[in-house]
Amino acid sequence: MLKFVVRRLLLLGPILLGLSVLLFFWVRALPGGPAVALLGERATPESLARVEQLYGLDQPWYVQYSKFLTRAVQLDFGNSTQTNRPVTEEMARTFPATFELAVAALLLAVAVGIPLGYLAARHYGRWLDNLSVTGSLLGVAIPVFFLAYILKYVFAVRLGWFPTQGRQDPRMDADHPTGLYVLDGILTGNLEASWDAVMHLVLPAFALASIPLAIIVRITRASVLDVVHEDYVRTAEAKGLWERTITRRHVLRNALLPVVTVVGLQAGLLFSGAILTETVFAFDGVGRFVAEAISNRDYAVLQGFILVIAALYVLINLAVDVSYGLIDPRVRVK
Amino acid sequence: MRGTGLKRRLIAGAIAGGLVLTVAACGGDDDSGSGASGDGGTLVFGASADPVILDGALISDGESARPIQQIYEGLVGTEEGGTELVPELAESWEPSDDGLQWTFTLRDDVTFHDGEPFNAEAVCFNFDRWYNFSGIMQSPSVSYYWNAVMGGFANNEGPEQGESMYASCEATDEFTATVTLTRPSSTFISALAMPAFSMASPKALEEYEADAVSGTGESPSFDGTFGYEHPVGTGPFMLADPSDWERGSQLTLTRNDDYWGEPAKLERLIFTVIPDGPARRQALEAGDIDGYDLVAPADLGALEQAGFQILYRPAFNVAYVGFQQNTPPLDNLKIRQAIAHAINRENLVRTNYPEGSQVATQFMPPELFGYAEDVPTYEYDPELAKQLIAESGETNLDIEFWYPTDVSRPYMPNAEANWELIRTDLEAVGFTITPKRAPWDPDYLNTYQTGNTPMYLIGWTGDFGDPDNFLGTFFKNPNQEFAFNNPEIHQLLQQAEAETDLEARTALYEEANRLIMEFLPGVPYVHTEPAVAFAEGVSGYVPGPLNNESFASVTVE
Amino acid sequence: MSLSQVEAATESDQLEPGGANLRRAAWRRLRRDPVALVGFALIAMFVLVAILAPLIAPYGPRDQPGAGLITPTTIPGPSAEHWFGLDEQGRDELSRIIYGARQSLLVGVVAMLLGMAGGLVLGMLAGAFGRWVDTVVMRIVDVMLSIPGLLMAIAIAAVLGQSLTSVMIAIAVINVPIFARLLRGQMLSQRESDYVLAARSLGVRHRSIVLSHVLPNSMSPVIVQATLTLATAIIEAAALSFLGLGGADPSVPEWGRMLASTQLYLASAPHLALFPGLAIVIAALGFTLVGERLREALDPKYRR
Repeated sequence: MLKFVVRRLLLLGPILLGLSVLLFFWVRALPGGPAVALLGERATPESLARVEQLYGLDQPWYVQYSKFLTRAVQLDFGNSTQTNRPVTEEMARTFPATFELAVAALLLAVAVGIPLGYLAARHYGRWLDNLSVTGSLLGVAIPVFFLAYILKYVFAVRLGWFPTQGRQDPRMDADHPTGLYVLDGILTGNLEASWDAVMHLVLPAFALASIPLAIIVRITRASVLDVVHEDYVRTAEAKGLWERTITRRHVLRNALLPVVTVVGLQAGLLFSGAILTETVFAFDGVGRFVAEAISNRDYAVLQGFILVIAALYVLINLAVDVSYGLIDPRVRVK
Repeated sequence: MRGTGLKRRLIAGAIAGGLVLTVAACGGDDDSGSGASGDGGTLVFGASADPVILDGALISDGESARPIQQIYEGLVGTEEGGTELVPELAESWEPSDDGLQWTFTLRDDVTFHDGEPFNAEAVCFNFDRWYNFSGIMQSPSVSYYWNAVMGGFANNEGPEQGESMYASCEATDEFTATVTLTRPSSTFISALAMPAFSMASPKALEEYEADAVSGTGESPSFDGTFGYEHPVGTGPFMLADPSDWERGSQLTLTRNDDYWGEPAKLERLIFTVIPDGPARRQALEAGDIDGYDLVAPADLGALEQAGFQILYRPAFNVAYVGFQQNTPPLDNLKIRQAIAHAINRENLVRTNYPEGSQVATQFMPPELFGYAEDVPTYEYDPELAKQLIAESGETNLDIEFWYPTDVSRPYMPNAEANWELIRTDLEAVGFTITPKRAPWDPDYLNTYQTGNTPMYLIGWTGDFGDPDNFLGTFFKNPNQEFAFNNPEIHQLLQQAEAETDLEARTALYEEANRLIMEFLPGVPYVHTEPAVAFAEGVSGYVPGPLNNESFASVTVE
Repeated sequence: MSLSQVEAATESDQLEPGGANLRRAAWRRLRRDPVALVGFALIAMFVLVAILAPLIAPYGPRDQPGAGLITPTTIPGPSAEHWFGLDEQGRDELSRIIYGARQSLLVGVVAMLLGMAGGLVLGMLAGAFGRWVDTVVMRIVDVMLSIPGLLMAIAIAAVLGQSLTSVMIAIAVINVPIFARLLRGQMLSQRESDYVLAARSLGVRHRSIVLSHVLPNSMSPVIVQATLTLATAIIEAAALSFLGLGGADPSVPEWGRMLASTQLYLASAPHLALFPGLAIVIAALGFTLVGERLREALDPKYRR
């Protein structure tokens, strides 16, 4: 087992290295060159010179790259040109929000997707199957921001059931020790704030959940179909066990394994969706910050955020692989 | 003031457009549980962006200016709803005969939020702080307005700076401050009403290291905590606790109970960031916020029908199509005239602007002195446009036409929609238009200021009530934005700025307006009345042309 | 944003090689599948509208039949004369939607073809040569897959500037690693299969085996992926437009841009946001339904 983990960790190295190379050259490919890209086009010659020296832009590319790498390892990505604050500080501020939103979206997707996939499999080939498959695929075909607009318009603007934007009612006095607002409310004993944060999460989480939903439905459906035809289930059926018991004891448990894997792999996908969802709901997380960085040409932010997001994505997948390996010994051999 | 300066000002003007509003949240809605004492309640105002920093000297954007106007005050202010100067921290002021010395008689009953007394020494401390900015602090993108108004520092470090208009400040007695200038100026005193010249507590400035800065001029990093956690002024609202500013999402200001004038009615004033315009409208409709600025024209009808209050600021802006005469065929006057006659400005204004917007005839709004009724005008006449093109002798009618994205300004709520209508009009008379666009900040602003956008959409919102803020900004000196050199126009505007007699100035600016519209460096097309929206039950907000409204008189039911 | 990215990462080995017989059988099953038929109908509608746009659109995309009627708060909605109403410039919305289909189809097809071509080259390199080529190529693919698709598209569009071409290239690039991994998986499993071993033992040349046996037999899952990519490319293009990174000429109707820009008019003309949104959904749903059911039809697991 240890060997498996170590081998996977070793794979992490080349990927991160490759990423850093890619990002290093990306900034150099930007219109105007790296110094202008990092400072904005208003840069005076003096500041340009200062930055060129800081990044060693007058030196050969491999020297520049090693400087970049050294700084990246120390998590030093410079300052955001939008807020004038260190990129790392902005990460610390925005990541908890997106984490909270992504977890909520995944929970929703699993809560809806697994029953739907199970139903579809149990009624394989019949209209209930077709309906749930088509329904989940509709979630894929709707652009996330369109869905977000519709949800907001109907449930927040017209019906008024949920707030239209943000993470917390501005009038609410709440402390945020962790940045995870729902948790913060519980920690500080302010359950009202927790509830308010939950209400702010519902619509964005639904919009975001549309993306993983289809995959969870499909995987659940496929795994259930697989398992249903395995010998032990047939045996159980032959023994006359109630369908419900079979479901719980055998089918779902075995079908859940691939779902766990897929949920881990959603991280990157969810992030793309978060850029759009957070923008529509003015949800103060990584996605919205990145969207603003795009329109403000804040390349220092984009560079740092892409590197960290990609690294996180790889790490999450590693964690999923490892936990999967723990559950199912067959994986380790592969 | 050109180049970066103009860009910055445009931003500032635009921001101002989104200024201040006071809305108090209804007591009933106030579920903050903070045990609000007294009356007043809470007002939540939707801002389009987070403030950059709460230090007037270091900002040039409207979303920073809005809270700064509530926390700080200047020596002079402007009348509610207008541009006339009124006393603020100075009870009166008097220029010397040569216009070089300004004596300010100060109020003697003012203290800063931290309990420090406001007096002549504090005034001079602030002026000397600005005057002695060094290094990065001198960068036009850091201390934009000082650069724009004063033109230089004690020790100039950049090539852009010249001799400073400011020479010195002396505390003649406890409540009398005398500011000495190096040259007379007709705009100095008006400029002092801007948030860039507001008075901060000397003790807090020093203690919280307002001038500690690192990084670069374009991307400064303010290392002190003054502007982030301890912005100490004299205004009716204050930042009661450093944690009340949650960067990126909301800023909560608290009433200053020791205010020298009538205290604010609101207990708390919250600015919450909602970047997207339609989202601000929806937040207002849903009751999440009590008011917001920069209301889109398309939203006015729906909001009014639903019973929301729409308040209009006087039209103190102009939007125009700019020409860069370094690019043929725009150097040809007949072509510029043809374009002016080809654009259906009435249709453009009706289609894309709210009712009450005026078709512009010149580069400044009618509210200002110096506006000329008898400038040359260019009626919509496609046939005449075609004829002018034929007379011009130009055969290459390809023009690059630029517009900005990611931006909404009161004078230009939807640049793309304006662009499309104008393009259609121009192609109808025979021009070939190449579409060009760029994100507003920094790409678009930079590109047009460096003379790389032959024809482009832009506009301006006034910072203070003087024609020099419009005409002078555009045409006082040759620049890349218009890329022409017409000594007659440049000299006339320089003369008008130095002139101190109001009647003489008025005549000079009227003459300048006639000359400019004859020369046609661009086609002004609209003056708009920017709108602010509030929930029912909010009252006491007086919209003004300079977007510097105070929330102190606002109440919420 | 890309559903396919996750699929590429998880499922390439679920797809089994499909020979000609299997494809024929799959086709038969597909023709009886109501979900796939709905998908085919949607695709047919979308493609026909795009091709026949000038014939069926009542107005040109830039005509302004409503010029002079429009103010920001009065934008006429659907009527007998203008089925989808007018837009904020007084243009016929139906005609704009119809012409917009051309842009979407163009972006979808070009981005898919480019992405597939790139992926095929990488995947074949890796699958055909194996060993260190394989390792290097697959590490590159890993790196590309580790960046969220939309973020990568944004990064590429930032370098290339605002134009339709850069949108197509950006979307193509994020699909390259997906196709590459898919094809490599296919070729590896084929390489070990009996008929390839047999051919090799008969002395058939390596390149010839790859080109005439391995590649054709790996195509079924690629076709599935291509169909799904058409859907995601349309949605990704809309997302890029939404973020302000769309084509250069605003007068050319583009659904994503129409959807984003009409948000400004939501209060006075909600129909303007609805129709482009629905158009995107219809086009994307068609390709998604067909792609998913095709995948299933080709998968032996479902042959019961």
